[in-house]
Amino acid sequence: MLLGPALSLSAVLFSIGVAGVLLRRNVIVIFMCIELMLNAANLAFVALAQQLGPEGQVIVFFVMAVAAAEAAVGLAIIIALYRHKETVNLQEIKLLSG
Amino acid sequence: MPASVGWVWLIVVLPFAGFVANGLLAFLRPNSKNLVSGIGVGVLVASLLVSIYVISGVTSEEHGISHVVYYWSWMPVGDLQIDLGFLVDRLSAVMMLVVTGVGALIHVFSVGYMKSDPGYARYFSYLNLFVFFMLVLVLGSSFPVMFVGWEGVGLCSYLLIGFWYSEKVNADAGKKAFIMNRIGDFGFLVAMFMIFDAVGSLELREVFLSAPLTFEIGGATVTAITLLLFLGCVGKSAQIPLYTWLPDAMAGPTPVSALIHAATMVTAGVYLVARSNVLFAMAPLSSLVVAMVGAVTALFAATIAMKQWDIKKVLAYSTISQLGYMFMGVGAGAYAAGIFHLVTHAFFKALLFLGAGSVIHVLHHAYHQTHSGDDAQDMRNMGGLRRYMPWTTALMWIATLAIAGIPPLSGFFSKDEILAQTFSRGHDIPLMYLVWALGAVAALLTAFYMTRMMIYTFHGANRTGEHERGHLREAPWIMTGPLVLLGVGSVLGGVLNLPDMLPLSGWLHHWLEPTTISAKRYLIDTHLSAGTQWGLLAAATGIAIVGMVVAFRVLKPTNLTTPAQAPEAKGIQRLLANKYYIDQLYDTLVVRPLVWMSDKLLWRNVDDRAIDGLAVNGWANISRFVGWVGTKFQSGQVSTYVVIFVIGAIFLLRSIGQ
Repeated sequence: MLLGPALSLSAVLFSIGVAGVLLRRNVIVIFMCIELMLNAANLAFVALAQQLGPEGQVIVFFVMAVAAAEAAVGLAIIIALYRHKETVNLQEIKLLSG
Repeated sequence: MPASVGWVWLIVVLPFAGFVANGLLAFLRPNSKNLVSGIGVGVLVASLLVSIYVISGVTSEEHGISHVVYYWSWMPVGDLQIDLGFLVDRLSAVMMLVVTGVGALIHVFSVGYMKSDPGYARYFSYLNLFVFFMLVLVLGSSFPVMFVGWEGVGLCSYLLIGFWYSEKVNADAGKKAFIMNRIGDFGFLVAMFMIFDAVGSLELREVFLSAPLTFEIGGATVTAITLLLFLGCVGKSAQIPLYTWLPDAMAGPTPVSALIHAATMVTAGVYLVARSNVLFAMAPLSSLVVAMVGAVTALFAATIAMKQWDIKKVLAYSTISQLGYMFMGVGAGAYAAGIFHLVTHAFFKALLFLGAGSVIHVLHHAYHQTHSGDDAQDMRNMGGLRRYMPWTTALMWIATLAIAGIPPLSGFFSKDEILAQTFSRGHDIPLMYLVWALGAVAALLTAFYMTRMMIYTFHGANRTGEHERGHLREAPWIMTGPLVLLGVGSVLGGVLNLPDMLPLSGWLHHWLEPTTISAKRYLIDTHLSAGTQWGLLAAATGIAIVGMVVAFRVLKPTNLTTPAQAPEAKGIQRLLANKYYIDQLYDTLVVRPLVWMSDKLLWRNVDDRAIDGLAVNGWANISRFVGWVGTKFQSGQVSTYVVIFVIGAIFLLRSIGQ
């Protein structure tokens, strides 16, 4: 039941996320793209759980919890970064270049 | 074993205790000179008394068996078992008496000579340490223990030559002595390895007992061993070609020259050959080399001594020459004769050096009083000293007559014994006639240069200087006292070993026989007829008298000028005054190429370029380059990392999918 469209949507969302991470410069946008990829994966899990059992749904809850923690830490890092460099442009943040 | 022999450790420990005590005083209370001299001289006298007690145990036995006292196991390594032990037999007894007896007299003399030196305590601690090592050398029951003493006396020699180290010349002389001795020590070490390889033991008694079974007479092994041992002797006893350190060693205080560089340390080589008499007797070629080197050195050094102006340099070359005589003796298989000359030489040469020390002390004092910078050792600044120093003059004359070989003084008998023995060997080995002839000419020169030294120092007009003359006087009794005792030894020493024709003949020879008996069977027994012996005696006396008379006739002290006004020497005189330019030759042939190679090749190329440049910095550069390549991947651009990450993820997924 609607498995094909659901997985297709998941793939599209994931690809948008990847493209966003690759192409955008703004750290916050990249961060949102990462969230997008996580949720694309969540969608795939939920869709497949219809046929394969409830484990997929359990994993989705795990991912949500981890994503929430990640969002908290990530946003904190971005704020710290902004205070330090006064920019959120990723191209200007290259402290670890060799 | 007699009870007295058990006390042998005390002989060695006493000087060591003196070293420790004086060494501590040098740091803690350097000005307590009375205490220092009390300890320094006291331990030597005590050591001498204990030596006499110990030796009484060796003399009282009929056959003079050798005793070894073991203390502890020193190097137990598999087959190599080396124990610390002392060998007490008649040969080491003679050496012990010379070292502690003459040593004690020289210690007493030093009390006067070094009286006003700021390094007084340090001086006595070194001197005590030297006696300790010298006793270890002569008492060691195995080659390695002997070697400890051998190296130790070298160390003390170095410390005492450079005693006034604030002047670079003295420090350089010390280094020269040390380094030249290293060359000889290399020979000694390799000889020890070969002995262990062949015999399986380094105990003196075992080596000498099993030598006849192990080696074949004149074989390559025993010849190599003895030649390498002799290389050690050449270094330590200042023979050609390693003799040049001894004249430079005169930079040390004069009593040091008397003790270390005349009476004891430099005779260690003679002792080593005499101790290893079985080995040398089994290697006729090595024995001949020993005798030849000794004879050539005796003559060579005597010629140089004829033209030296420094009173100590004359005596230094004289010492080299006399050591050459001792090697002639032991090389000819006359081990007792070599040791006999060692003993008499210890008396008269110590006397000569200490007498010269008195002269230098007095002259130095006089120049010090008038603030003159003249050289207190140059004979051109002396002359006529007999009027001021009658005792020293008389005693120095006794020693001069002894070394020149005027009967019946000690040197006459010992030198004649050596010459007679080499002459008697000539019947079997014709080259020994050459050795004898060289020795005879050297004897002539000896009489000449010693008389020259006496004339220039003590006779004629005084050349010291108008103002200094008033300060000349006899040295104090603490210095002339030991001279008197050494003078008695120089006169009577010959009684130890009189020629065959006289009553009580060959006492030392017979006494030492137990230690040389095993060498006897390899030496062809030679005997000179009484007529020949009388002839040789007459010839030796004649040679000595001729040398002295010629010196009195030819030399005119009135023509002498002070060193500053002296005309330049010409021709052969210049050659002799410059010691045949041997030092310059060594400098050109050895020192400078070595310095050049070390500097230009080893330092600037091998060390700087190859090791530092290629090896050390090379690896660093390679690491740095690899790192540099690595940093190019670390752009710091997160997007670049993500691209690589995504590409990687795609490849991963593809491989999973298949």
